[in-house]
Amino acid sequence: MIDFALYHAWLIPLLPALAFLIIGLGTRQDKKKSAIIGITAIGASFLLSLGVVGAVLTKRLVMAAPFVMKTVWARIGDMELGMGVLIDPLTAMMLVVVTTVALMVNIYSVGYMEHDPGMGRFFAFLSLFAASMLGLVISLNFLQMYIFWEGVGLCSYLLIGFYYYKISAREAAKKAFITTRIGDFGMLLGILLLQITFGTVDFVALKSMLPNYIWVSGTSFLTVIGLLLFIGPIGKSGQFPLHVWLPDAMEGPTPVSALIHAATMVVAGVYLIGRAYFIFAELPIVMSVIAWLGGFTAFFAATIAITQRPFKRILAYSTISQLGYMMLALGVGSLTASMFHLMTHAFFKALMFLCAGAVIEAMHEEADIFKMGGLRHRMPVTFKCMTIGVLAIAGLPPFAGFFSKDAILAAAAEVSFPLYLLASITAFMTAFYMSRLLFVAFFGEVSDDCPAQETNAFMRWPLVVLAVLSVVSGAWGHFAGFSDWVFYGVHEEEAINWTIAGSSIVLSLFAMWLAYQIYVEKRWSSHQIARRLGVLYDLSFHAYYIDEIYAFIRELTVDKAGRLAYWIDTHIVDGVVHGLGRMTRGLSVLLALPQNGDAQRYVAFFYTGVIALVAYSLFYAVKILSVTGGAF
Amino acid sequence: MMNFMEFMQLATHVGLHHFLLLSAILFSIGLFGLLTKKGLIPLLMCVELMLNAVNINLVAFNQYMPVPDYSGQLMAIFSVAVAASEIAVGVALTFRIYRDRGTVNVDELKELKG
Repeated sequence: MIDFALYHAWLIPLLPALAFLIIGLGTRQDKKKSAIIGITAIGASFLLSLGVVGAVLTKRLVMAAPFVMKTVWARIGDMELGMGVLIDPLTAMMLVVVTTVALMVNIYSVGYMEHDPGMGRFFAFLSLFAASMLGLVISLNFLQMYIFWEGVGLCSYLLIGFYYYKISAREAAKKAFITTRIGDFGMLLGILLLQITFGTVDFVALKSMLPNYIWVSGTSFLTVIGLLLFIGPIGKSGQFPLHVWLPDAMEGPTPVSALIHAATMVVAGVYLIGRAYFIFAELPIVMSVIAWLGGFTAFFAATIAITQRPFKRILAYSTISQLGYMMLALGVGSLTASMFHLMTHAFFKALMFLCAGAVIEAMHEEADIFKMGGLRHRMPVTFKCMTIGVLAIAGLPPFAGFFSKDAILAAAAEVSFPLYLLASITAFMTAFYMSRLLFVAFFGEVSDDCPAQETNAFMRWPLVVLAVLSVVSGAWGHFAGFSDWVFYGVHEEEAINWTIAGSSIVLSLFAMWLAYQIYVEKRWSSHQIARRLGVLYDLSFHAYYIDEIYAFIRELTVDKAGRLAYWIDTHIVDGVVHGLGRMTRGLSVLLALPQNGDAQRYVAFFYTGVIALVAYSLFYAVKILSVTGGAF
Repeated sequence: MMNFMEFMQLATHVGLHHFLLLSAILFSIGLFGLLTKKGLIPLLMCVELMLNAVNINLVAFNQYMPVPDYSGQLMAIFSVAVAASEIAVGVALTFRIYRDRGTVNVDELKELKG
């Protein structure tokens, strides 16, 4: 079984891809069959992924010596483009995380989408989404990764725009696609520069060539490549300033949001940096850019999340913030902490999004948390799961977030104190706004017209499974030695630094107490605080007007350029075409003048021509005769 | 200075030049008529003159060729046959035009279509 899984790891993305084809071409109309096919495929991928993990553990595959299966995909001249499978502990971890979350989301969708006529289509897209992400994870070179990377982008477009009859969904889908495309373009440039510089984009080959290259030519050019490559993750992983698509991405069905935010889409960027860490780790400038941009994004998104009202929007900004954390961890040189947080975050964020879906469906599409309240009486299971999620993201022991967040804080503290401070403040704010969400939506009195009821079993059990994972994955990862497994360079023993951990626990508890006082005890009026903060509150509530700024810049540049191009088109391009037409017509009038039907004039012209020709030939005959002295 | 006998020789002896001269004169008369006459029938006659000027050329060259050959004469006969049929068609067309328009003046026949 274990060997089979390892040598057939290519089946892991292939099975959902096949499911996509079967559902898309065959059973799209049949809800039940589509769901069964989709879940079976991703379930099989999940089992295979577990097998891969087993293989990695038993065969002692380490980061430095991955398992590679390679085949030639295309040959262009001397250039060989490979496709294949690269398995190391990082890949194995990602495979399990992606398949677990995808499986849970698939099962949950059976309940969530049961009244939607497009359920078959939904499962087809979900399968393709999972297939793209799994293909990205097992990629062994940048090109393969880029292909699946674009596949992920396409699927996110399809799924965010799933309710294509809603204008907002269409707009959000376009926004997500275009925004991430900007990042993808930078990444493509980076990949091309790598191919030009090294003649290969293969991870293993690059890794072996890199030290010599740096020894010979230094890191200045590589820094450019690294920054270009980093633009891709900025777009995909919702880092400032390309984060704008992520909050809007919740226009899709909620299971999709869970999938995008937790396991498939946004972590692709983090994973890319993790996979290419051997490049980034050599470039101190790029590393500090990653760290500071990540830290800033984490802080920035958290300040926005504090004032938002829609349930999913708060979660979306918290995702941006947590992704910033992961980037920060990568930037300060801790692949372990970043990937650890990626894993735990995938579980608890998927959990919270699925809870959000349950709540919003139970509230009949009412998303504003201030119109909820008292849901813990109506939806006890969802409430418990959500509480676990909030405790996990707030970083309280023994929940998963505590261990991973602590690892990140410790790594940041080692490198730079300002970054550590930024991360700690963010952690405080995270705990605050997540407890705000919990207290406002689930505590207080149930309003009389509240329609909420506990959801069906398909939607409940995935929540429970993810809740369990959100509790145990952190502790398991910490004590079972995640850091022995996924690391870069020299492996360090990571013990909990109790000064850092303790202060973060105290901060989180204080934040939760504060939220409790404001939103449950109502000791201070939240409205008054908002009024006191004035401009700051407005900025935060409108997400710093980033969308408006982009719209303004677009109006300034794109629209103006469009008008200019339109002018050029109507006046210059069309002018040339019309001018040609006019010229032809004028010429024809001129040439038609002699064609007046007067036969005798034709004759006169004709014989004039004949005489001219004869005169011409006589002239030359005489000339030739004079040159040759009378002989032809 | 050419003496009298030589002049007479040239004047009475008919050679190639005389034929070519005749042909050129005929051709020029035909061309002049073609450019100046207005009736269709005179025009056809002028064309006939020009054709026959060419025929004279053909026959004359054939006669004065150093090797015995009849291709010039053959060509001339061929040309006469073609000219005859052409005139037949031309005169028939002229009659039709006269019936349709009541005139055979080329200055009044300037419409290129129908």
